[in-house]
Amino acid sequence: MVKGNVKKSFGAKIISGITKSPLHFILILVCLAWMLPSVGLFISSFRPRHLIQSSGWWQAFKLPITLTLENYGKVLTQSGMGLSFFNSLLISIPATVFPILIAAFAAYAFSWMKFRGKNTLFLIIIALLVVPLQMTLIPNLKLFNMLGITGTFGGIWLAHTAYGLPFSIYLLRNFIGELPVEMLESAFLDGATHSQIFFRLILPTSIPAIASLCIFQFMWVWNDLLVALIFLGGSPDVAPMTLTVSNMVNSYGGGWEYLTAAAFISMMLPLIVFFSLQKYFIRGILAGSVKG
Amino acid sequence: MNISVIFGAIAAVITVTLLLIGYVYLVENTIGKRKKLKRITPWFWIAPALILLLVFLIYPVINTIYLSFQNANSTEFVGFANYKYIFTDEKMLTPLKNNLLWLVFFTGVTVTLGLVIAVLSDRVKYEAAAKAAVFLPMAISFVAAGVIWKFMYEYAPAGTEQIGTVNAVLTTVFPKFEPQAWLWNRSQNNWALIIVGIWMWTGFCMVILSAGLKGIPESLLEAARIDGAGEFRIFFQIILPLMKSTITVVATTIIINVLKIFDIVYVMTNGALGTEVIANRMYKEMFNYRNYGRASGIAVLLLFAIIPVMVINIKRFGQKRG
Repeated sequence: MVKGNVKKSFGAKIISGITKSPLHFILILVCLAWMLPSVGLFISSFRPRHLIQSSGWWQAFKLPITLTLENYGKVLTQSGMGLSFFNSLLISIPATVFPILIAAFAAYAFSWMKFRGKNTLFLIIIALLVVPLQMTLIPNLKLFNMLGITGTFGGIWLAHTAYGLPFSIYLLRNFIGELPVEMLESAFLDGATHSQIFFRLILPTSIPAIASLCIFQFMWVWNDLLVALIFLGGSPDVAPMTLTVSNMVNSYGGGWEYLTAAAFISMMLPLIVFFSLQKYFIRGILAGSVKG
Repeated sequence: MNISVIFGAIAAVITVTLLLIGYVYLVENTIGKRKKLKRITPWFWIAPALILLLVFLIYPVINTIYLSFQNANSTEFVGFANYKYIFTDEKMLTPLKNNLLWLVFFTGVTVTLGLVIAVLSDRVKYEAAAKAAVFLPMAISFVAAGVIWKFMYEYAPAGTEQIGTVNAVLTTVFPKFEPQAWLWNRSQNNWALIIVGIWMWTGFCMVILSAGLKGIPESLLEAARIDGAGEFRIFFQIILPLMKSTITVVATTIIINVLKIFDIVYVMTNGALGTEVIANRMYKEMFNYRNYGRASGIAVLLLFAIIPVMVINIKRFGQKRG
């Protein structure tokens, strides 16, 4: 069989280019259509109020070009987006670290220790993967109210940690469970203890899986609205950006100059993560679903 | 911003991490050292996770089922009254119908479109860029997507300048087109919301289906081409059958997510004008009407809808090990 990478002649290239032109046309059209909404938001966020309301964002580059950073300044200082940005960070970082560390302990036990009921327990975790969050909201809210942690960072860390555990355990167990047996056996023969093996062998070798999981959990928490809505109550002091922006949608109505800027601020970090760590992000998604 | 809050958070992260690490070493040096107790060491490794899962996931699930048989403030049993309400009351009819609409069209379109884009982009040199464009919305929150699309759907009466992209494009391409208030018009608003969902989730389907597609050996397709099979025939008779299991996985993941769909509707219409979905109804019963019985019943309904997926997952896991 002729291999695919044989160099095509110039004529063949042109022919394949022509026969492929509908393909390019459709694909590029789809991509443009997909980009359009985000681009529109981005450009609008730099336009002054009277222009946003009187002309479409695609006219932003008509002369004279009037772009401004004023919307961002106002949103950050007056609408509390600055505070919310920090709140989002303060919620997301611990809510990423805690579940992954706790899940890593459990995943190690599920992979390399023997105990009764191990398989049953793991099947329960698989079942928990798809349990709708809604099933837990009322009892958890009651418990949070009783403990007085509704509307605190501690409370929402706890909620996100618990909700993130099934997926984290599942993903890490799949990875840790597939490490070579020989590697662990020789460590045990050398007299290493479980904690030595875990911290010196398992964790360092699991870095790729942990990186994927970190990005996944971070994005999940950062973009979450429901959990914040339920367990943070209405207090603006602790509100993450998703809550603040959704409140702005209700109160500003047509104030597009603020809404577009606020929405873009909330998207900034995920977009940076997306463009710089896309490989890990996709790997996490693949590990979570295909292996499922 | 209060600096002490930031330091508090940093301190909390460090403390909890150190406590967890210390806990493991403590277990190792006390229980792990005794021969008799060695048998129970594994339980100490899974204990932190197990306790959190029991308190915040397993117990609440059971408790919610229990609450669904009680009245609004959980003071007395009402039998199946909440379920009777859920399945017969007119107010529940809209969310049930809308969730079905979402289930069929959101799932159908995201999976199909995801597959088409995966197959098409597989044949071009700018594959990575094309895929990134479609996948990008996955990184955005539903809230931000809600703002983006409210702006896309913005409406101005006919004859005035349209600032919403959708109306502007349609009135330019079809001069006779009447601008529409997409989110407020009862015959269109559900579709308008589903399109937002499709915009966000097609990338997810595409990424997974594309990975599945790369698993098909190139030689197989090449052989079919040499035998004179057209691209469409190759797609329907080779690619599609080989990707059946990947498609099933993607579809089930999408179904799980679409049943729980909440944020898009909450941000864009808050369920007004016939756009309510089950999860929004539950939120309203919980916070606006303070009816914990009904809200729990609605949650149980969601759980029951997802149980088939749960069973499939468990079975598949069993197979993989066996």
